[in-house]
Amino acid sequence: MIREKRPLLSRVADSVYWMGRYIERAENVARFIGVNLHLQLDLPLAPAHQWQPLIDTAGDTEIFKEKYGEACEERVIHFLAFDDENPNSIYSCLRFARENGRSVRETISSEMWEQINSMYLQIQLQRTNPQHDALPEVLRGIRMACHMFQGITDATMSHDEAWHFLRLGRMLERADKTSRILDVKYFILLPSFANVGTPYDDLHWAAVLKSVSGFETYRKQRGRISPLNIVEFLVTDLEFPRAIRHCVNAAGESLRVITGPSDGALKYRSEQMMDVLRSELGETRMDVVIRSGLHEYLDGLQTTMNEIGDGLTHDFFGLRPEQQPARARIGQ
Amino acid sequence: MRFDSYQTDGFHDEMFDAEGIPRPEARLLLETIKSLEDGQLESSQRAAERLLLRMGITFNVYGDSAGTERIFPFDLIPRIVRAEEWDWIESGLKQRIHALNEFINDIYHARKILKDKVIPEEIIRSATFYRPQCEGIHPPLGVWCHITGIDLVRHGDGRIYVLEDNLRVPSGVSYVLENRDLMKRTFPSVFEGLRVRPVADYPGKLLETLEAIAPGGTSGTPTVVLLTPGMYNSAYFEHSYLARQMGIQLVEGRDLSVQNKTVFMQTIKGLRRVDVIYRRIDDDFLDPEAFRPDSLLGVPGLLEAYRSGNVALANAPGNGVADDKVVYAYVPDIIRYYLGEDPILPNVPTFLCWKDEDRKHVLENLDKLVVKAANEAGGYGMLVGPHSTAQQREQFAMKIEANPRNYIAQPTLALSRVPTMIEDHMEGRHVDLRPYILFGKDIHVMAGGLTRVALRKGSLVVNSSQGGGSKDTWVLSRSAEAGTL
Repeated sequence: MIREKRPLLSRVADSVYWMGRYIERAENVARFIGVNLHLQLDLPLAPAHQWQPLIDTAGDTEIFKEKYGEACEERVIHFLAFDDENPNSIYSCLRFARENGRSVRETISSEMWEQINSMYLQIQLQRTNPQHDALPEVLRGIRMACHMFQGITDATMSHDEAWHFLRLGRMLERADKTSRILDVKYFILLPSFANVGTPYDDLHWAAVLKSVSGFETYRKQRGRISPLNIVEFLVTDLEFPRAIRHCVNAAGESLRVITGPSDGALKYRSEQMMDVLRSELGETRMDVVIRSGLHEYLDGLQTTMNEIGDGLTHDFFGLRPEQQPARARIGQ
Repeated sequence: MRFDSYQTDGFHDEMFDAEGIPRPEARLLLETIKSLEDGQLESSQRAAERLLLRMGITFNVYGDSAGTERIFPFDLIPRIVRAEEWDWIESGLKQRIHALNEFINDIYHARKILKDKVIPEEIIRSATFYRPQCEGIHPPLGVWCHITGIDLVRHGDGRIYVLEDNLRVPSGVSYVLENRDLMKRTFPSVFEGLRVRPVADYPGKLLETLEAIAPGGTSGTPTVVLLTPGMYNSAYFEHSYLARQMGIQLVEGRDLSVQNKTVFMQTIKGLRRVDVIYRRIDDDFLDPEAFRPDSLLGVPGLLEAYRSGNVALANAPGNGVADDKVVYAYVPDIIRYYLGEDPILPNVPTFLCWKDEDRKHVLENLDKLVVKAANEAGGYGMLVGPHSTAQQREQFAMKIEANPRNYIAQPTLALSRVPTMIEDHMEGRHVDLRPYILFGKDIHVMAGGLTRVALRKGSLVVNSSQGGGSKDTWVLSRSAEAGTL
């Protein structure tokens, strides 16, 4: 006998959504650091120059400056990977993900919980005993563990409303992170726009692609490195899993399942905003955007996605603010 | 891992008799252990502990820095109970629960037992967990104690005694279920040979119990939820575990609200009605309108909804009146009064400090007795006389004089022991046993329960907060015993 479908608690939806976001955030930060470590080996520039942009990508410029002052490799890595006072460090993300996961243990599968708990115990260990030479391997381990979590989630959890909230969180977070890395890197690389084609410039753009695991796909699709092509690829591609448009579409699909069949008019505020964003991303031409200002465009995207997040809180989570589950603010 | 140097030290040992000969029910297990290669048992033990940590089967320690999580230490050597002895324990537990339920119901209604002067009225009036708010309430099926974890101990005389009743919100059953899983992985062949009675039916029976008390007029399957204080509670693992095992929702107070004396939960599609709440929150924090007004964990208006019969609560608020250790002393009288039977399971002899004569005896013998606060649990507020310092005894003497009603004393029991892995060898450690009893349409006793073990050498305190651990409890089925003889 099949029981009546269990309605999803607002609090649980909220926690699952944030769990999805935090795991995704941890994975992205690990990838950013890893790519930068790798990149600096190829560059003749003073290393410090390479590390500040990473802080800017994470959106934590102010907190960092206050606590650490000048950016250098050691400080940046500690701040982004292990600092418990940085709410967006890998450590904090995994801790918040685990707290959220723990608060909904009866909703997620035991395998998911075991994975999330292992990740947390692992980074706790690495945090107390950081070893510089092992760092690339540690970061790779974190990335793979996050991928594994996604795989375990898709394979062991019923694809019900809670799963869709998790995917919604994951996809919005991913879109946000892709927009941020593009924004920061484009800003830095802009002065050298005239020198497109020099080996160092190519290395930087390749690093941007590698930061989102998109280098190989890009090569297959578009061949030569070109800023316009890269921006187009990362913003409007439908198939590449970290392209903003792909992520927003996937988030939109999940939201559609959550809201259920509609007879024409969209009932929820978040759904309406998501719908507008999806069609905009389909219609925007990147050469026009670049001419009028990519930074302003990406900034606008991030704001819209934050508003969608607020819309979800309003439409579904509906809790008083002081009772929200463990989390930090998005980005800034 | 051998038993060569194992000593029973004059205590009743659950595995060996006084001459050091293995008891018949333990032989197969001992043979299996002896057949293991050196170090195999230790590595199984470590693997089990790693697994517990990885699965996050931990409890939070109060008074420790925030967020400290520890695994509840687990020892691989089980406690074995013979079928015949278990049958006797089971009938005793059923009898006790039946009588206690009659008692609580009587206290909140006619109070016949007080009028007949079997128990002094003053005892009830001064009981910390007596709840005047619950007077006149008729819980569904007339049941007040749906889930109980009665603590049993075996004394040096070989007899089993009831130590505490734990009627309010007993915890620990999830460890029983998880321990059994671990044991089946470690000793598969022993399980095959011994026919250990299963415990895995507990979540199903619990759900049955909860569904049975749904308010009348519930259409279809009632909506049952488990109410937890939240993830920082020491028993949160158990709350989420039981909710998962039963397939019911785990809710917090903030998920629930009361409208028109009906309880609802907040879902993404609006409010949904709730019929039965298995609450793991103490009475005090359940409803700020009825009990403590500063409670943030509870649900305003819950008691009124319950009183109106629109929602069922398990356990019933107010049932803690029977958890008072002074009331405990009267349980044998309670059994005789309501059932007209002699108690099957004996109480530990108890001195009540509010009686002048008893108090005098207690104060003169503090170094020999165990003194307990009447309304504490978890091993807090307790003096173990033979292990105490003169200063501690002096403090307790003052506490007793200041508030005699709140203290009882019992002889220091020589709790029975079970071999326990200490580093690379076996030593005897003291144990108790907490079986879980469900009461819905009828009374169901889990086959076994939580064996708690005092891991510190010589210690008699088995609580998890005080250095205790746990063991699996193997209740043998009748056919298995016939096979070993």
